Parts: sequence; C-alpha cells; structure tokens
Amino acid sequence: MRLKETLENYVFVVPAVAIFSVFYIIPFIWVFQLGLFDWDGISFARNFVGLANFKEILLQDRNWWQSMWNASYITLIALTFQNILAFMLAWACDREIRMKNFYRVIFFIPPVLSEIVVGMVWRFIINDIEGANIINRLLAACGFPNLMHHWLSDPKTILTTVALVHCWKGFGWGFLIFLAGLQTIPHQLYEAARIDGANAWHSFKKITIPLMVPIIVLVAILTVLGSMQAFVLIFGLVGGEFAGHTSVPVLRILASMRGSSPRFGYACAQGITLGVVLVIISFIQYRFSKKGH
Amino acid sequence: MLNFYITSFYNLSLRGKSPMINGRSMRVFFGNVLLGIFVFFSVLGCSSQRTEAKPTINVWHWMTDRDAAFQDLAKKYENLTGVKVNFELYAPSEAYSQKIRAAAQGINLPDIFGLLGEKLDFSSFIKAGHILDITPYMEADNNKWKDSFFPKALAVNEFAPGNSYGIKPGIFGVPIDIMTIQMVYNKKLFTQLGLDPNQPPKTLREFLNLGAKIKASGMQGLVSGWGEVWMIECLANDYAFNIMGKDKVLDTIKGEVPYTDADWVKVFNIFKQMNDSGILAQGIISMINKSAEQLFANEKAVFAFNGSWCVNVYKGMNPGLEYAAMLPPQASSEHPMVIWGGAGSSFMVNARSRNKEEAVKFLTWLTDEDQQAYLAQATNNLPANKRSLSKIPEILAQFARGMDFATHPNVWGVSEYSLVTEAFNLGIQSIIIGEKTPEAVAAEVQKVKDRELARKKAQ
Repeated sequence: MRLKETLENYVFVVPAVAIFSVFYIIPFIWVFQLGLFDWDGISFARNFVGLANFKEILLQDRNWWQSMWNASYITLIALTFQNILAFMLAWACDREIRMKNFYRVIFFIPPVLSEIVVGMVWRFIINDIEGANIINRLLAACGFPNLMHHWLSDPKTILTTVALVHCWKGFGWGFLIFLAGLQTIPHQLYEAARIDGANAWHSFKKITIPLMVPIIVLVAILTVLGSMQAFVLIFGLVGGEFAGHTSVPVLRILASMRGSSPRFGYACAQGITLGVVLVIISFIQYRFSKKGH
Repeated sequence: MLNFYITSFYNLSLRGKSPMINGRSMRVFFGNVLLGIFVFFSVLGCSSQRTEAKPTINVWHWMTDRDAAFQDLAKKYENLTGVKVNFELYAPSEAYSQKIRAAAQGINLPDIFGLLGEKLDFSSFIKAGHILDITPYMEADNNKWKDSFFPKALAVNEFAPGNSYGIKPGIFGVPIDIMTIQMVYNKKLFTQLGLDPNQPPKTLREFLNLGAKIKASGMQGLVSGWGEVWMIECLANDYAFNIMGKDKVLDTIKGEVPYTDADWVKVFNIFKQMNDSGILAQGIISMINKSAEQLFANEKAVFAFNGSWCVNVYKGMNPGLEYAAMLPPQASSEHPMVIWGGAGSSFMVNARSRNKEEAVKFLTWLTDEDQQAYLAQATNNLPANKRSLSKIPEILAQFARGMDFATHPNVWGVSEYSLVTEAFNLGIQSIIIGEKTPEAVAAEVQKVKDRELARKKAQ
C-alpha cells in the first residue's frame, strides 16, 4: 500500500523532473562537458583538452577579464544609481501623491521595451552625427555648452553612457519590486512611530529600511545577474566592443563562437566561468544580507 | 456517389415532411454522409498525393533585400516545373548564422541554404557532410554551368587541390550574386567643396589632404560600419596588399612574417594618418553600417567605404543621390590596389537532402542568364552570371569593374586565427581613438598570433 502511494507520488513528480532535467540539468552538463573540448561547433571531431580552456580563461585571456571589469562597472552603477533611484521613486509612489498610478505606468515602460530598440533610440538621442544630439542640445540650452561632448565616441565616457542607459532601461523592475515590498509594510507601524514622536526620516530609517532588507537583497541579486549578462543594449547603442571599452562577457562568448576559427568549447568554458562568478556573487550577497538581518 | 447522397437526402426530405421520420432513417442518412466524407477525403488524399509527387524545396537565407525577388522567382519556377520552392527568410544575418549552426548540429538543415562565414567555417560544414560537392553538375556539358559564372565568384566556393583545409578539391557552392567592397563618393558634395566630381583622389596623400577641407566645411569625411569590425579588417587588408603584396600578406597568415614587420606597421599607420587628417567621420568606430549608409545617403558624408549592396540601400534611402564608386586611394605604387570581392552570397545544397537533385536543378535555373538579370534589376546586386552584365545600371557596372581588382580571404587558401583577427581589428579601433600607437598594436597582434601558433602546435 505504502509502495503504491510512493509510486503514485512519483508519477506526479516525474513530468516536472523530466522537463527540468531535459531543459536545465542535461544542457548544463553538456555545456560543462563541451567546455573540456576544443571544438569548432560543426565538425564531428572534438579534441579533448581537459581544463585547458578554463586555464586559458583564468590566466591568459586579458580580453575576458577586461569584459568582466566592464560588466562589473555597469553593475556597480546599476546597483547604486539605478536601485537608489528605483527605491526613492517607489517610496514616493507608495505615499499619497497625486497621479501615482500614472507614474507607475510611466516608470514601468522602459523595462517592457526591447533592449535593441532602447539601444537604437538612445543612440539616436545621444549621437551627435547620426542622431538628434538631444543631450548636447539640452546642455547648451540649459547654459552648459562646455559640458557638450561626444558621449558615444570618447573612450572615457562611452562605458558610463552605456551604464546609464542600462539603468534607465532596468530601473522599472526594481521600482516595481520595491513598490510591492513597501506596500506590505503595515501602516500601523508608521502611525505608532509618529505617535512616539518619530519624524519621516526616523520612520524611514527604523521601519522602512529594516523591513525592506530582503527585498533590497532580491533586487540587488537580480540587478547583478541582469547587468553582468547585458549585451543586446550595448549592441544597439555602440554596435560592438568599441576597442574593448564596451566589451562585456556575453559579447566575448559570442566572439568566441564566430569568426574564421570558432571555438565553441572555449565559449562554453567562458559561459561556465561567468555562471560560477555570478553564483558566487549572489551567494555572498545572500549571506551578507542574512548576517545583516 | 452523388446519386447516393441525393437518394438519401430525398428519402429523408420526403420522410421529414411526413410524420414517418424515425431514428433508423436518420442513422442511415448520417451513415451515408460519413461514408461519403470518408470516400471523398480518401480520393482527395490520393489525388493530392499524386500532385505532391513533385518535392518542395526549402531554402533558408538571410537576404531581406532579395526576399521579394526570390519569392517571385519561386512562383515562376513552380509554374514552369511544378516544383514548389519555399524561401524562408531569417534575419538579421547574425541570427541566421546561429540558426544555420544549430540546424547543422541537429542535422536538420534545409535542402538549400546560404552560409555566412569564412572559408574555415565553410570547410567545417563540408567535413561534417552537410554540403554537396556540385563539381559534377558544374562540369557537365563541357563546363556549361561553370563557365557562366565570373571565375572569381566561383573561386570563393571552390577548394583547390592541396588546400590547407583538407577538403577534397571541388566546388561546393553556387554564387547567386557578386560583390565588391570599395569606396563611393558624393559627386554633389565634391562640387560644393570645389573639387572635380569626376576626379576622385587616387593616392592616399590626395585623400588625406581633403580631410581639413571637409572638416572646415562642416561635412563628414569617410563613413563606414567600423563598429562591426570586419569592415576595418577589409580596408586594412586592401592596404596590406597594396603595400606589401599578396605573398607577404599570406606569409603573415601562415606565421612566416610577423605583424611587427615594418610593412604591417605602415598599414596600421594609415589609420592613424586618416584619423589625424580629419578624413574619418566622428564616431566612426561605434558606427554600424546602417548608420553609415544613412549618413552617406542623406548627403552628410563625402565618402563611404561600403559593399556593392549599397547601391540598393542608397536607392531606397535617397533615389536622387549622385555618387560614384572608386578604389581606395593607393598608399604605395609598388603593388596594385586590391579590394575584397567575389561571390556576394552563395547557396549550398544539403548533402543529406532527399531533394538534392531537384535542388541542384533549381539552382541551375536560378543562376541562368534571365533569372540573374531579373535579380540584378530587382535588387541592384551584381549578377554572378557574367552573361547578364550587359543589362545592369552604370553605378552597378562601376562596382562590377572592380572585380578586376578583387580578392577575398576565402580564396587565399589560408585563414587567420579568429583571435588574431579580433586583436587586429580592435587594435585599429584603438589607433583611431588615439589610445595606442601603430607599433604597440602590431606588437599586441603578434603576441596573440604567437599564442595561437603555440596552442595549435601543442595540439
């Protein structure tokens, strides 16, 4: 009887396990397996090279680490500027302000747009020759003509420009999650604090922030995962790697997979390396937040 | 059968008028109807199977500008032969490349497909048994099919005896059109600058001297899609051939001449000179080719470095644009100026296809004089069939004349490592933005080359 029940339970679980295995576990194992080969992606012959691809990534591939650095820079700006902005706007919309539903819709438009479209549109907005040069025109109109700049063709500003457009594209997600989190905080807590003489800042510091920590960690982890894997936007905005200044890990993986001598095995090893780095960062964030909480 | 229905319906109708209608007659009627439907669809199925005896040929391609013309030709071919040709467009080219690669890995390539990539990639597909050797078809009837093409167009799809890819000699692709990549200049802007619109600069010095004049007039100089780095490599190779000649370039790829050689430094230096002279458009290294084409078509740039496909693009963007094609200005008189050219796009036949014979027949028809002339007129691409040339517009003829100077990495017999090419292209981008010197880039490229040679040796 018990065996029958157990079997029945397994019957319910098997479809989900099968789908998960076929579409997640097996491809992951294959990717790792391919990372151990030198393979062009087409030939039937694969040359087993052990951990040589990983060794090359870790010790020799300067372009890879340059791309990791660039992605980290974008991530850092997203973690700070984008998330603080998202939090502040969510906090404002959580309060009784006029037209808050209108703002909610407006703030959520950028995330639902296609990344390539956002890249092309911002390219048009920013670019001074091919585009409308709107940023520079605004700067001039506001009395700051000395700040006018070739934002997308200067190696000193291109990555920051990319990062800021990435923030514009991504902050809506953070805004939505923060807003949902803020709405779960009971209003009685704020009322009690007010009766005890707490001002808005004290309420924010002592009630809002501590209760929002799990949400902040969630948004931070999602931001890291999203920003470290950004590439479509960069393609649309600057057309590629701009002498390595806008190179990011996914562009490097793509570069390994194409060209006159594609290296599929190496690209798989790069993918695994990126995945491991992201898992480690997420784990550290999670542990850090648990400790803080 | 019809009589059967009429009888049943008549019986039912008659009975329907009378109170005698009952369950049995209804059952008989519906039984007859079901039987009729069964027989009807059986006959229909049989007859449709007879018409399906002619196969459907599936073709995958990425050429958005040629899709409508392909569809027209497919209809025409179906009317002529009864063979349906199903052209499926997958764009952009990057996505198409990935799709083809995935289909090859899954062994489900269509009957005919185009291949984007370099010769090494091409050879991988052949080695994996995905591409049919069409030499016997080309050489049938005293090379009738083969002789209809420009030899350079065919060379891209050909593997010569003793090739370094280890491929059995033969022809493995059918060129649909040809292309050359050279410079174009705006005649109207030339006049505005006080230059003779029929005398484009012939030497690099003349070209560079125009930089200051163009900048002073508020125009842009040279535009090109150098954000998509392969176009940088293309121009750099043109100058490498011009400065050091074909043999030395190929020796470099073979690893016998280093990139730190003085001639290569000269090649890198050309890009520094271009940047210093102001002839390059602002932001050229983050420019995608579509933007470059818009700038040139909108008469904001005096020169463009682009392929012959641009004729169609410019026509769409600005039909009144007055421009002409020119070879890149010579940097040296020691060797002739060479440009990239050859087969623009080619179709390959899937060696595993059940319809390969029909596929070859279709490609033979598609590359015939009339179809090629139609494609050239409809899409403004240069025809691969040399007999169709007499019917093309003047600007296309200018590009076609460039075929005399054309070469292509796919006909060199050797391929550079991807990482070396990448270091080469990104290095030139660094020179243009003033980050690195030509010497530093040459040293970096050679370092990558040494590493790749060592890796290859270790295998």
